[in-house]
Amino acid sequence: MPSFDTIIIGAGPNGLAAAYRLATKGAKVLLLEAGAIAGGGANGLAHLSYNLDPRVLSEMGLPKLGLAWADSELATTALSPDGKHLRLEGALAERISGEVSAADRKAWAALRGRLLRFAKVLSPLNQMTPPRIAKGADTPLFKLGMIGLKARIMGAKNFRELGRILLTNVFDLLEDEISDPRLKGALAFDAVLGGWAGPRSPNSVLPWLVRLSGQTLGVQGAIGLPKGGMAAIGAVMVKAVADKGVELRCNARVARILVEGEKVAGVMLEGGEDLRADRVVSSLAPKTTLLSLVGARHLDAGMTTRARHQKSRGGAARLSLVLKALPDFMGANPKDRLVIAGSDRDVELAFNPVKYGRVPERPALEIVIPTAHEPAKDGMHRVSIVAQFAPHAPADREAARKAMLAACLSQLETHAPGIGKLVTSAEILMPYDIEDQFGLPGGNWHAGELSVEQMLFLRPMPGIAQYKGPVPGLWLASAGCHPGGGISGSAGWNAALAMEAAE
Amino acid sequence: MTAMTLRHYETPLLKTPFHPRTEALNKLWAWGNWGGYTTVLSFDDLAMEHSAIRNSASVYDLCPMIKYRIEGPDATAFLDRLTIRNVAKLSVGGVQYTVWANDAGHMLDDGTLFRLEANRYRLCCQERHLNWLSDSAFGFDVVITEETEDIAALSVQGPTSAEILRIAGFDVSALKPFRMAEFPLGKGRLMISRTGFTGDLGYELWTTPDQALPLWDLLFEAGKLHGIRAIGSEALNMARLEAGLIITGIDFTPADVCLREDRLRSPLEMGLGWMIDWQKGHFTGKAALMAQRDVGMKWSFVGLEIGGNISAEGAILYHNKKTEAGVITGAIWSPVLKKNIALAQVLTKYADGANIWAEIYALRELHYEKMMMQAHVIDRPFFVHDRRRATPPGKF
Amino acid sequence: MSYDALIIGAGHNGLVTACYLARAGLKVLVVEKNDWVGGAAVSRELFPGFTYSNCSYVSSLFRPEIMRDLELPKHGLQILPYEGGAMFTEDGGYLGMFRDHEANRREIARHSRRDAEAYDRYSRDILRNCRLIRPMLMRRPPDLASFAPRDLMELAWLGKQITGQSEAQIYDMMRFWTMSISDFLDEYFESPVVKAYQAVGSIIGTALGPMSPGTAYVLLHHAMGDVDGNVGSWGYSRGGMGGITSALHSSLRASGGEVQAGSGVRQILVQNGRAVGVVLDNGNEIKASRVISNMDVRRTFLKHVEEKELPSDFVHRVQRFKTRGSSGKLNIALDGLPKFTALPEGAPNIKGDMHFTDTIEKMEAAYDDWKDGHYSRDPFQDMMIPTLIDPTMTPPGKHFMSCFVQYAPPKIEGRDWTDADRDGFRDACLNQIERYAPGFKSLVLHCEVRTPRELEAEVGLTEGNIFQGELTFDQMFFNRPVPGYANYRSPIKDLWLCGSSTHPGGGVMGAPGRNAAAEVLRDMQKPAKDMSDAYAII
Repeated sequence: MPSFDTIIIGAGPNGLAAAYRLATKGAKVLLLEAGAIAGGGANGLAHLSYNLDPRVLSEMGLPKLGLAWADSELATTALSPDGKHLRLEGALAERISGEVSAADRKAWAALRGRLLRFAKVLSPLNQMTPPRIAKGADTPLFKLGMIGLKARIMGAKNFRELGRILLTNVFDLLEDEISDPRLKGALAFDAVLGGWAGPRSPNSVLPWLVRLSGQTLGVQGAIGLPKGGMAAIGAVMVKAVADKGVELRCNARVARILVEGEKVAGVMLEGGEDLRADRVVSSLAPKTTLLSLVGARHLDAGMTTRARHQKSRGGAARLSLVLKALPDFMGANPKDRLVIAGSDRDVELAFNPVKYGRVPERPALEIVIPTAHEPAKDGMHRVSIVAQFAPHAPADREAARKAMLAACLSQLETHAPGIGKLVTSAEILMPYDIEDQFGLPGGNWHAGELSVEQMLFLRPMPGIAQYKGPVPGLWLASAGCHPGGGISGSAGWNAALAMEAAE
Repeated sequence: MTAMTLRHYETPLLKTPFHPRTEALNKLWAWGNWGGYTTVLSFDDLAMEHSAIRNSASVYDLCPMIKYRIEGPDATAFLDRLTIRNVAKLSVGGVQYTVWANDAGHMLDDGTLFRLEANRYRLCCQERHLNWLSDSAFGFDVVITEETEDIAALSVQGPTSAEILRIAGFDVSALKPFRMAEFPLGKGRLMISRTGFTGDLGYELWTTPDQALPLWDLLFEAGKLHGIRAIGSEALNMARLEAGLIITGIDFTPADVCLREDRLRSPLEMGLGWMIDWQKGHFTGKAALMAQRDVGMKWSFVGLEIGGNISAEGAILYHNKKTEAGVITGAIWSPVLKKNIALAQVLTKYADGANIWAEIYALRELHYEKMMMQAHVIDRPFFVHDRRRATPPGKF
Repeated sequence: MSYDALIIGAGHNGLVTACYLARAGLKVLVVEKNDWVGGAAVSRELFPGFTYSNCSYVSSLFRPEIMRDLELPKHGLQILPYEGGAMFTEDGGYLGMFRDHEANRREIARHSRRDAEAYDRYSRDILRNCRLIRPMLMRRPPDLASFAPRDLMELAWLGKQITGQSEAQIYDMMRFWTMSISDFLDEYFESPVVKAYQAVGSIIGTALGPMSPGTAYVLLHHAMGDVDGNVGSWGYSRGGMGGITSALHSSLRASGGEVQAGSGVRQILVQNGRAVGVVLDNGNEIKASRVISNMDVRRTFLKHVEEKELPSDFVHRVQRFKTRGSSGKLNIALDGLPKFTALPEGAPNIKGDMHFTDTIEKMEAAYDDWKDGHYSRDPFQDMMIPTLIDPTMTPPGKHFMSCFVQYAPPKIEGRDWTDADRDGFRDACLNQIERYAPGFKSLVLHCEVRTPRELEAEVGLTEGNIFQGELTFDQMFFNRPVPGYANYRSPIKDLWLCGSSTHPGGGVMGAPGRNAAAEVLRDMQKPAKDMSDAYAII
C-alpha cells in the first residue's frame, strides 16, 4: 500500500485545487471523495461559473485539458410577466436593451463602474490568507497597504463612497440611484444569490462585491456556462490532479479524523479502514470538519461552541425540470440566463417568510436552459433553476418541499404560460436536501454563510481563519473558509499556499 | 424551590436550610451576601471563631456553594476535557481539587470534584457555570443539573471534628483525606467527605435540605463537650489564608465575566500548574497553556510574609520601593502563626521575592499611617499540621 | 443687531451648543419655530392636569459631562432611576427585569436556568463594547480620505483604541458591530422571551428588525448611557423630558444667551458662500456671524438653503440621507393604574419598561409590516408609566402612560397617513395593551397619537425619524451625515450642524451639540472653557 503524507477530504473544486497545488510541490496526496464521482458542487448544485480562480484555471491548465465555454459572457434577461423584458448583456449588465429611462441608464453606468472598481480593489484579498490583527502575527502589511493605496487612488470621493457603502444594503444602494423595478430586481437578486439575507439586509453589499470580484476568462463580473455544464469543470480538474500523481478514491466517506497526542494522524473511513498521514486537509464545511470529523473531545470547548454557532443557513432551492420542448418566456432568448425577480421589493418579499421557516409565495428564480446551448440526445430540454428563498429548517420538510415546488412552477407559468404542460419531470432540492446530498450544513452554498461577520479573518471563525486548523496537522480548505464558495477553488489554492508557507 | 417562585424578588437574599439555627446564634447580626444567600459574617467573636477552627471544632454553613451534578456514560471523558487535572485517576469515593479554564487558558473557576459513582460526579464551585458546562457538554453523552438548592452542606473543621462526628454516630476514623463515605441520617443519607477549606483536620457533610436542622442539632449535641462552635465567613477566610487557599473572584477574576483583559489569569499564573496533567489527552485551554508554559508567564501567584503586624489587605506591591510589582489579594495577621501573611499576584520578573515591598495604609483615627514593609515570598501553605493528613486522626 | 452664533432649533442639542458657546463669551441666539422650547425633549400639558413627555420619554444617554459642565442640576434637572420592566408573554406569563442581580438571575432562571447563568457573561460582553465606544462619543470623527494632521491623528487614536484589545477581543468586537441582534443573542441564550427582552434596545428608533445585521450596534447605542455610573441603566427626568431642556434653557439664560420662540427659520442667508444670518417665517431677518442648525441635515439643506449654494454631490448625498421614520407614540392620560394580569400584586416591574412582543420573530414580523408600507398590526411597544416614580406629572392616583411604538412608516403604502390610518394604528396599540391588562381602555381619559406625520409636523423631524437619520453604518461615525462632512461643518462656510444628524447620532444625548460647540470654538481659536472630556468607563 502506498504511503501518503497528505490526505485531502472531499474532491470538490477546493479539494482538487489544493491537491493539485500540493502535488506539484512534491506532496504525496490521497484525495478522498465520499461520492461516486469527484467535482462536489460542480455536479448538480452550481449551474453557472462566476468566480473560477484564475490561478486554478491557468496553473492547472484547465483549457488545455478541455475546458471550453458554451458562453463565457452569458447575457441575462430580466423577465417581466407582460413580456417587456430587459436584456442585460456583457459583464454585470454592461449594456441594457429594453425600455429603460435615460436617467436610469446613466445612473446604472455610474453605479456599475463604481461597484466593479470597488470589487476589483478588494479582489486581491481573494488570493490571500486572511491577515491576523495582532502584533507579531506576520501581517502582510505590504499587500494590505497596496490594497489600501489602490483604494485611495480611486480618489477621495470614491474612497469615501467605499467607506460608506461597505456595510450598507443593496436595496438602498439601488433605490438611491435607479427607478426601474426590473433592473433593480435583477441586480438585487444577483446580490443576494446564495446568501441568507434579503436586499434590505444591512451588510448585503459586501457579499455582492465579493461576487463581483470574480471573473470568467479574465472578464470581471462575467458569468460563464461551460460546455458540458459545470460538471465539466470538475472533470478537467480531476484530469489535472491525476496528471500530478494524486490518488483519487471515490466512494470513500471519512468517518473521523484521527487525532493522536494532540496531532492529526490520519483518517478513518466509514467501514473502519484507517489511512495514516501527518497532514489532513479538509475541504468539507468547517462545521462538519470540526464537530463531526474531529469531534469535541479533541477541541477546546469555546471552539466547539463557536463552530456550533457558525451560521450556515441556506436560502436557495435547486429545481431541475425536464421539458418536452423549449419553453417560451414571452420571447426571451432561451440561451440567456433568465431571471424572474420582479423588483427589489419582490426579492425582499421572497425572503420574508423564510425568516420564519416558511415558503414564499413568489420566489425569485434564476433559470438556465443548457439544452438551448447544447441539445440533448433525447431531444428533451433540461431547465436548471435556482430559487430564492427557501427555508432551511421548516417545521414540515415534506410540505415545504411541495409548497416550494408549487410556488416555483406558478412563477414559471406566469412568465412562460403553458410551460407547466411541457414538464415531464421536476425535481426540487430544498436547502436541507442540499445538505444531505452535498454535505453543506444548512444547505448553504458557501459551507457557512458568507456574511460580513463571517468574512476574511472571521471566516470560518476567529482563530482558525488562516486555513490552519485547531489541531496541528489539520488544515481547512473549504468554501467555508476565506474567500467563500462558488466553483472557484480559491480557498483550496490559498490553503495550499498557506501550507507551503508554514513549512 | 425558592428560586423558581414568582415572588422571588420579595426575598432578594435566600436563606439556607440552616438559617433558623444560624439566625439564632448570630448575636452580632452580621450578615453578608454570598451568591445570593444570607450568610453569617461573624456570629459573636471573630477571634473565638477562628480559634475554634484550630483548637476544637467549627461548623460553617456551605449551602451557597454552587453545585452541579454531572452524570452519564461520558461523564469522566467530559470532565477530563473540562478540567486541567486527570479525572480518570480519581476513583469512586474520591474528591479532587480542580480548576477549569477557557480556550485561552484563562481560569474560569476552581472547585472540588466528587466522584460519587463511576459515571456520576458532583462539582462544587464558587461561580455559576451552567452555560459553560452545557456548552462544553456538546459531543458528550452527559447530563448536567444544577443542584445547589437540593443539597444542604456543612463544613466541620478542627482538631475535635472527627471525634464529634464519631459521637454523632458517623465513624470517619478510617476516612483518608480527599475520600468520602456515606451514612444513614434520619430518613435520608449523609455523605461525609474529608475535605475542607482550612488546611486542618476537617470534614464536609452533604445531605438533603430536609435533614439540615436535625443534622445541625445532632452535631451541636455531640460536640457540646468538644468545643463545637458555629463560625462565619470572616473566620473561615482567616483559616483559608493560613492554608494558602485561593477564592475565585477574590484572588483572581473569573474569565467569563472579567471585563478588563489584563486581569485574566491562567492556572500557571495562579500557581496551580502542578495540577495540569499534560499527558492526559485534550482539555480546554491545553494548547494555550502549553504555549504559556513554553514562553513563560507574565504573572505569578505567591505567598508572602510581611514585616510588621499590620495586615496588608489590598496593598500594592513595589519592587525596590519604586516600581509597581503586583497586588495583595488577601492578607491577615495570623493568630496561629504569629506572622503577617498574604497572598499576592506578582509580576513574574519580581516573583523571586528579592526586594519586594508592600505599601500598607492603616487608618487610625481618620488618618492613614503609611508603611512600606518588606515582603518575603514563602512557600504555601503557611499553616501545616500533621493532623490534617493523619488517618485515623490522632487524639486532637 | 448681530449675533456671534445663531442656532436654529431649541431642541436639546441646539441648547447644549448654545450654552457652551454662551459660556465661552459668544453672543448667542436660539430661534425656535414652536411657541415652546425643547424640540423632542419636552413636557407638555395636553390634557388638563396631566404633563406628558410626548416625544422622548426616558433618559440614560444624556451625557453627565454636559449636565455637570452646564450646571444643569442647579437649573432644576433631576434624573430619577427607575426600576423594573417586563416582557409579557402570550401564554399569560412574563419575564421581569430587576435591578437586583440575584432577583434578576432567578427571574431569568424561571425561563431558562442556563440563560440565567449566561447573563453575566452577556452583560460583560456588552459592557466591553460600551467601554470601547464611550470615548468616541465626544470626539470629532476623522475623514478617511483626508491627510490633514488632525484626521490622521484621530485615525491613529481610533486604531489604538481598537488594537489596545487582544486579538480575540478585536474579532469579537468586529463580529458584534456587524451582527444582527438575533444572531448575537443566539450565542448566549436559548429562551425566546429572554432573547426578545434583550433585543428591545436593538430596534428602538431604528428602521431595522432584530434579524437585520447591524442591530447589535443599535443595542449598544441604547446601552452605552448610564444613570450615575450605572451603565445601561435608564431613568426619568423629573417633571418629564422637558426637565432637561428647561434646565438647559435656564443655564443658557444664566450665561447671557437668549431663545426666541414662536417663529421658525424660512431661509438661511448665504452671501458669497458664507452663512450670514436667517430670515424667519415672520419675515424678520437676523444677522449672525455663524449659523448652527439643530435641524436634521435634510431639512437644513434641502428646505432652508438654496440648492445653488451647495455642491451637487453634497445635495445628492443629503437627498439620499436615510431618515425613514419607524416609530410612533401614544401619550395617554389614565384615570387609574391598569392591572396587568400576569404580574403579581405589588410587583415592581410595572414601574419600568413593559413590552408585549415575546419573541424575536414577532418583532421581526412587525418590521416586515413597516417594510411593506404599513404600521405593524401586532406592534412592538416600549410602554411605561413614569408617574409611578415621578409624582409631579399628574394628580395623585392618576397616571401618564407613554407608549413608544414600532413600527410606523413615514408613508402608508406610498401615500400620506390619513386620520383613519392613525386611528387604526392607535387601536392596534391599545388593543394589544388591553389583552394583557383587561379594562385598561376604560381608564383612558385622553390619548395623543403621534405617527411620523405628527412628529415631522410638530418637531420638524424629517419623515418622523427620531434620530434625525437612521443609525446604520453608512450613516454612522465618519459617514454621518455625509462622508467628508462628519466634522459638524458644511460646504457653506459658517453654516454648522449640531443636531442628531451628526455624530454620534440620536437619543437625548447632547453629544452632537457639545461636539459642534467644541468645533466652533476650535475654529474661533477660543478655549473651550468648562468643557469636560468624555468620562471613560474606568
